[in-house]
Amino acid sequence: MDHSKLDYSKSGKLSEIKINWAKPEEVETFAKTVKHYRQDKISHDDFRRFRLQHGAYGSRMTEDYSMVRIKIPAGEIHPRQLEKIADLSEYYSIGSAHVSTRQNIQLHWVILEDVSEVMRGLAEVGLTTREACGNTVRNVMCSPLANVCPNEEFDPTPYAIATAKFLLRNPLCQSLPRKFKINYTCCDDHGMARIADIGLIPQHKEIDGKIKKGFKVFLGGGLGNWSSVGYQLEEFTPEDDLLYTILAVIKLFDRLGNRKNMARNRLRYLVNEMGWEKFRSIFLKKRQVTRTTQSIIHKLDVDDTPQEYTPPVVSVETSSTPAGYSRWLKTNTLKQKQDGFRVVFLAFEAGDITSNHLRMIAQIAREFSAEGKIRNGFIQNMALRWVAESELSRLYSKLVEVGLAKTGALTMASPIGCTGTTSCNLAITNSHRLAKEIQRKFLELGLDNDEALQDSSIKISGCPNSCGQHEIATIGFYGGGGRSGKDMYPLYTMQLGGRADGEARLGATCIRMPAKRVIPAILKIIDVFKSERKQNETLSSWIQKIVEGKGETNVKSVRDIKNILEPLTKAPLIKEDKDFFMDYGIGESYHVKTGKGECAA
Amino acid sequence: MGKSNSTTIDVDSLRSSIRDKSVRVIDIRKEEEYKQDHIPGSVNLPLATLLSDDSPEKIVQLVNSFGIDDETPVVVYDNTFGALASRVAWTLEYIGHSDVSLLDVTFDTWKKICLETTREINDYPKKEHSIKLRPEILATANYLETAKKKNGSILVDNRERLNYLEQHIPGAINIPYRMLSSSEKILKPKEELKRLFQNRNISSDSELVTYCGSVGTLSGLGYYALKKAEMGNTKLYVHSFKEWKSLEKPTETQESAHYWDLSAE
Repeated sequence: MDHSKLDYSKSGKLSEIKINWAKPEEVETFAKTVKHYRQDKISHDDFRRFRLQHGAYGSRMTEDYSMVRIKIPAGEIHPRQLEKIADLSEYYSIGSAHVSTRQNIQLHWVILEDVSEVMRGLAEVGLTTREACGNTVRNVMCSPLANVCPNEEFDPTPYAIATAKFLLRNPLCQSLPRKFKINYTCCDDHGMARIADIGLIPQHKEIDGKIKKGFKVFLGGGLGNWSSVGYQLEEFTPEDDLLYTILAVIKLFDRLGNRKNMARNRLRYLVNEMGWEKFRSIFLKKRQVTRTTQSIIHKLDVDDTPQEYTPPVVSVETSSTPAGYSRWLKTNTLKQKQDGFRVVFLAFEAGDITSNHLRMIAQIAREFSAEGKIRNGFIQNMALRWVAESELSRLYSKLVEVGLAKTGALTMASPIGCTGTTSCNLAITNSHRLAKEIQRKFLELGLDNDEALQDSSIKISGCPNSCGQHEIATIGFYGGGGRSGKDMYPLYTMQLGGRADGEARLGATCIRMPAKRVIPAILKIIDVFKSERKQNETLSSWIQKIVEGKGETNVKSVRDIKNILEPLTKAPLIKEDKDFFMDYGIGESYHVKTGKGECAA
Repeated sequence: MGKSNSTTIDVDSLRSSIRDKSVRVIDIRKEEEYKQDHIPGSVNLPLATLLSDDSPEKIVQLVNSFGIDDETPVVVYDNTFGALASRVAWTLEYIGHSDVSLLDVTFDTWKKICLETTREINDYPKKEHSIKLRPEILATANYLETAKKKNGSILVDNRERLNYLEQHIPGAINIPYRMLSSSEKILKPKEELKRLFQNRNISSDSELVTYCGSVGTLSGLGYYALKKAEMGNTKLYVHSFKEWKSLEKPTETQESAHYWDLSAE
């Protein structure tokens, strides 16, 4: 081993943790409150609200276990923090952690009485679970490509961090009618700005001969029951108005949100019931009032000190690069706007990662990323940014060596699968495992390397709620139950043509597909696409045409696809094919079983 | 070194005891590993040798051959996060040895901090150890069946979480062995362990029984963690879940959840 590299990686100068999100006294309070709850000194409902406020979600069929959701504001995480999470996952969870679609890291099946210990460990490295669940402002997201995206006008990261700082533990956000999500992204192409309660895209505008910073702001988007694409508030929201805008939306939601009916109580219901124009005019007044009546002048604490970068270590090794390098380069990396650097995405299976791999990623980030940290992505993955192009082959060798070089990170071969029946109370199907099965199949068939499929996506939810974001997938699925005679089987409703970029739209419902036929159905669609497509057409653009009813050959509409897939949906007799009636994963024959959701708690 | 109510011993104390020749150190690793290098003065007792016949008579024979009598302080170490060493230490306690402790780091850590090792094989004059069995630290399947009802015993399953969720002895609580260690030491500091157990409603007057998958290693570590935290009256169900299942005793499962599919292993 080259010792200069080792020293560099140990120097850790850039991996200093600058922001402390934690508040150690919350650890003691949590431990004490659990005791009081067990002694019946506080009611179940009060305890549940408290638990969720502190980031601990009940587990499937039991409240004795928690899913502990660690907030990672803007998705930025330091090597030391990853190492701590690795330890905590071994001590108190299942030895694996999970990267969520909202850039959180989750530890599952933690015993309720141990949650305070997890919080204690997190506080040691400046992390918190506070307001990661419950009716609060959830993790403030920021594009994993922020600051390196070639399309972006400026880096939104400092704004995302400042927003998170301002709102965390803010009295205003302690008892909202429902959860509230804020997403910053880098540009129109990469991100989720249109499917959040507040979505923001950085934008420059010339005003009075001066270039001003500001944002394109979208309101009232979101997935789930009554999914909606957000409305753009105005042409340009100047930087100075950012905080007032955010505050005014939250205050309006707080005041007007439908507290009587939790199930219809996200900002999007308010906007849709009122109508966008009316909402907008009330909002504008509210913002005006907010601007003029804030007793203290609030300002976001935007830290725009330029980030330091350690010049990359020039590799002296000339050892050969393992096979598969070009495939990995194509399917897992993107060029940064800064010459000579790339972003490298690490693909997991449905966001699951072992404690050992977490430790390795921490080490690799220190060694290979000039910013010395990691960003959680939007699709249950992680991004290693600021990797010098000259170091890429060495990094690839390293990733192969430790088993982190799975290809297809940025392709259809890395499906999203929500937690499903692995731990969620509301789940109807094992969407989590299905995502893993699809990924394995795609990699086995080399489909990640197929350029025509690269801009497509597969996203799976285990129930009609949208934690798996199925409505914005090229091919999306949500779980349900089917019946053949007296026998039940797991199935998925397939939706086509969803997307979350500048052309955001929700997927069109196509067909209900038995769980064990989902993979053949996807492969069938790919086959049909290949025989039908025009030159250079991608699956995503082909499906787009079909969803709009503009298919040009034999397949013209979603109905045509439905007809093609119909034969796959036929249920066999249970004695002929028992497997058809079982969901993925170890278990008995299928029956729908759900508990009470805590989303609306 | 003092009478070991201390459960674990740190490297400095052990080194000074070795210098004084006031301690017998037992290395639990495989013979070939021991032959390569070991802590100076230590003798080798591979766990497999002990498990092949762990009758008190046989154990006393081994102990005698290492030159250990009732008064010899013993320190045990391994390279398996203390679990194998715990099983041996417990066995010595069971035959009535009262001064046995665990080295608080593994052999790898010992080497990593550049402490002395040797290849020299040690032979000590044979001694005579008595047998005064301590049944109160042993639990059997039969005992377990009624212990909870009769004594309000707390059953502690020291296996990993997913194994526990899948199947465990009815009523057992789960304290995975990894929860007991820190990144440097085989056991967390006493105060920390105390806090963990107290969070779980375990107190110094609880009766506790630890078990794990098969031979009482992980649960041996569990046994010493509880002891270190001064948690009451602790027993080891030495034949653990493997025996329990082979006896077709009842088990409990966390049902209706596919938790295994969350593992990235």
